[in-house]
Amino acid sequence: MPQFQQFVQQLINGLSIGAIYALIAVGYTMVYGVLRLINFAHGDVYMVGAMTGFYASTRWFHLQQPTWAGFFLVLVCSMLVCGTLGYFIELLAYRPLRNQPRIVSLITAIAVSMLLEFGGQAKWMFGPDPKPFPDLIPGVEAHPDLVHMGQLVIGKVDAMIFLIALVMMFALRYVVRETKMGLALRAVSYRFDTAALMGVNVNRVISFTFVLGSVLAAVAGVLVGLRSPKVDPLMGLLPGLKAFIAAVLGGIGDIRGALAGGFLLGITEAMVVSYFPKGSEYRDGVAFLVLIAILVVKPSGLFGRAVQEKV
Amino acid sequence: MRRDILILLLIGVTSWACRAARADDEIVIGEFGSLTGGTATFGTSTDEGLRLALDEINSSGGVLGKQIRVVVEDDQSKPEAAVTAVQKLISEDHVIAVIGEVASSRSLAAAPVCQRSHIPMLSPSSTNPKVTAVGNFIFRACFIDPFQGAAMANFAMKDDKGPKATRFAILYDVKNDYSVGLRQFFTQTVKANGGLIVADESYGEGDIDFKAQLTNIERAAPDAIYVPGYYTEVGLICRQARDLGMGIPLMGGDGWDSDKTFQIGRDAVNGCFFTNHYSPDEDTPRVKDFVAHYRAKYANKTPDAMAILGYDAMGMLADAIKRAGSTDGRLIRDALAHTKGYPGASGNITMDARRNAQKPIVILKIENDHAHFVATVQPDAAGSAK
Repeated sequence: MPQFQQFVQQLINGLSIGAIYALIAVGYTMVYGVLRLINFAHGDVYMVGAMTGFYASTRWFHLQQPTWAGFFLVLVCSMLVCGTLGYFIELLAYRPLRNQPRIVSLITAIAVSMLLEFGGQAKWMFGPDPKPFPDLIPGVEAHPDLVHMGQLVIGKVDAMIFLIALVMMFALRYVVRETKMGLALRAVSYRFDTAALMGVNVNRVISFTFVLGSVLAAVAGVLVGLRSPKVDPLMGLLPGLKAFIAAVLGGIGDIRGALAGGFLLGITEAMVVSYFPKGSEYRDGVAFLVLIAILVVKPSGLFGRAVQEKV
Repeated sequence: MRRDILILLLIGVTSWACRAARADDEIVIGEFGSLTGGTATFGTSTDEGLRLALDEINSSGGVLGKQIRVVVEDDQSKPEAAVTAVQKLISEDHVIAVIGEVASSRSLAAAPVCQRSHIPMLSPSSTNPKVTAVGNFIFRACFIDPFQGAAMANFAMKDDKGPKATRFAILYDVKNDYSVGLRQFFTQTVKANGGLIVADESYGEGDIDFKAQLTNIERAAPDAIYVPGYYTEVGLICRQARDLGMGIPLMGGDGWDSDKTFQIGRDAVNGCFFTNHYSPDEDTPRVKDFVAHYRAKYANKTPDAMAILGYDAMGMLADAIKRAGSTDGRLIRDALAHTKGYPGASGNITMDARRNAQKPIVILKIENDHAHFVATVQPDAAGSAK
C-alpha cells in the first residue's frame, strides 16, 4: 500500500470513529451549555441505546432479515427508551440538586453512571457478557464496501455514520437557532433565573435538553452496534470519556465545536497510530497530549468564546 | 434496651454455633472469578465447570468424610477487586484453599495475598508464567504461555495443515499480562525458526476500533496476524481486518475460546486458528463424559475450555486434600505439588517443579462458525515451556 493511500485510509478511519465521538459529544455539550453540568452518565445512556437496539432487534421484534423498516423501528425504539431514561435521570438525580453547589451534581452524575454500568451487568438486566449486535442494514452483509479502490476501503456503515452525524448536527443547530424551544434553551443557557422571570418554563427546557441529548446518544449507540457489533454494559466508559474530551476540545457548550472536536480527536488517534513509532501503544496518551497542547493555546476550545465570569 | 442486648446476645450465640457446626462437617474452599465485567464468560464458565465437579465429589461422599462448600466472590474483571475478594475469602470465610482466576492479571494481583497467608491457590487457566512464580503456594491446572506461543508459531510456519507463513504481524493487548507474554514467546519462536515479524501493533481492552492498527499491518503485507487477545475483542478485530480487505488468517490463544468470538466475528473468523486446552470434538471417553454431563446440567450448552479447566481444578484440589488427609494449608500445598498423572477431563495432569501443569495443547481451526480440531502438540515437542 503506497504511503499516500495509507494516509487517506487513516483519514477515513479517523473520520469514521470521530463521527461517533461527535454524536456522543453533542449530548455533553448541550447539557453543559444549559446547566453547566458535566453529565458523566451520558456515555452510559449511549450504552443503553446500543443495548436497546440489540434487544429490540433480537428479542422484541425478532428481525430475521436486515431491512430498512427494521432498522428504523429499532432506531425509534432505542431513541424512545433513551429519551425516557434521560428525562428520568434529570428528574430524579439532578433536578433536586439544582440549587446545590455544582460539585454535588457532578458527584451524583458519577453515581448515576456507575448505577447504569453495574446495574446493567446484573443478570436480570443486560448481563455482563458482550452481545453480538445483528445486521440491520440491507446489503451490508454481502457488500460491506461503498468504495473499494485498490486497497482503499470506505465501508457503507462508516459512510452512513458520517452522514447521519452531519445531518443530526445541522438539525440540532436548526432547533437551537430557529425554533421557539431553541430560543428558550438559549435563554436558559444564558441566565436561567432571568429566563424564569421572563416566563420561560425552565424545568421543561432542561428536560428537553436531556431528552434531546439522550436521543442523540441512542442514535450513536445503534450506529456503533452496526459498525462494531459488540455491545456490553461497560461500552460507554471509554467512548464517553473521549467524547467529553472532544466536547472540551471543540469548546464545551458549542454544537459545531462538538462536531469538530470529535472529528479532530478521531483523526489525531488514527494518525498517531500510523506515524508515531510504537503509535498504537501510545495512541490515547499522545492523542490527549495533542489536545492538551491545543487547550493551552486556546483554553476555551476551538469554537468557544472566552466568557467573563460574572461576579 | 434490654431487649436489644438480648437479641445481640442471641445473634452472637447462634453465629458462634453456626461457625462451630460448619467447621465440623464441611470443608470450605474459596473461588474468585470474573462473574461480571468485561470478561464475564471466563468467570461464569469456570464456575459452571467447578460446580459440576463439586456436585460429583459431594454426591460421592465428599472428601475426608466431609462435604465441600465453595464460597464464590466476584472480582468484576478487575485486578484490584480480585485482591479484596481473596482477602475476604481468607479472613472472613476462613477458606482452606482458593481456586481462581482465568485472567493472568487478576491471578497475579491475588496470588501474593494467598502466598502470604500460606493458603494454596490453584489457578484453573492463567497461562502467564509469572503467576506461579509468585511463590510456592501458587499452582495452575493448565499449560503456560511459552508453550502456547511456541506451539502456534511452529504450527503456523511448519505444519502442513497450517498457513505455512513466514511473515507475521502481531496485534496484542498492551495492558494485559497474558497477551504481552504470548506476544513475546510467539516472537521468539518465529525468529528462532527464521521468520519475520513485519508489524507489531497493540490495542487496549474495551477498544472497538482497530482499523488504524490494521491499516498499518496491511501495509506491511504479512502472511498471517497473531492476535493473542481475549474473546471480547478478537471477533471485532477479525471483522475489521476483513472489512479492510485482508483475507489472511488470524491466529490466537485460549483467550479466543468463547461462543462470543463466533457470534461477534461471524464469517470473518472463518479460516482462523487458535491454541486451546481441549476441543469438545476430541474422541476420548473423559472428554465425552464431561461434555455430556455439562450439557445435561447447563441447558445443552457446549463447555468451553474455561469450563473444563474449572472442572479439573476442583477435582485436582479435592484429590490433593484427600491425599494430604488434612485441611492444613501446608499439607495441601505439598500434596498439590506432588500431583502426578491426575486423570483430569482435559488430559492427565502432572505438576512440574515450577507448579505448572504439564499437558498437551490442541490447535483448532475455525470453519463454518465452529472450531475444528486440527492437531495436538505434546509438552516436550515445542521446547517444553522453558
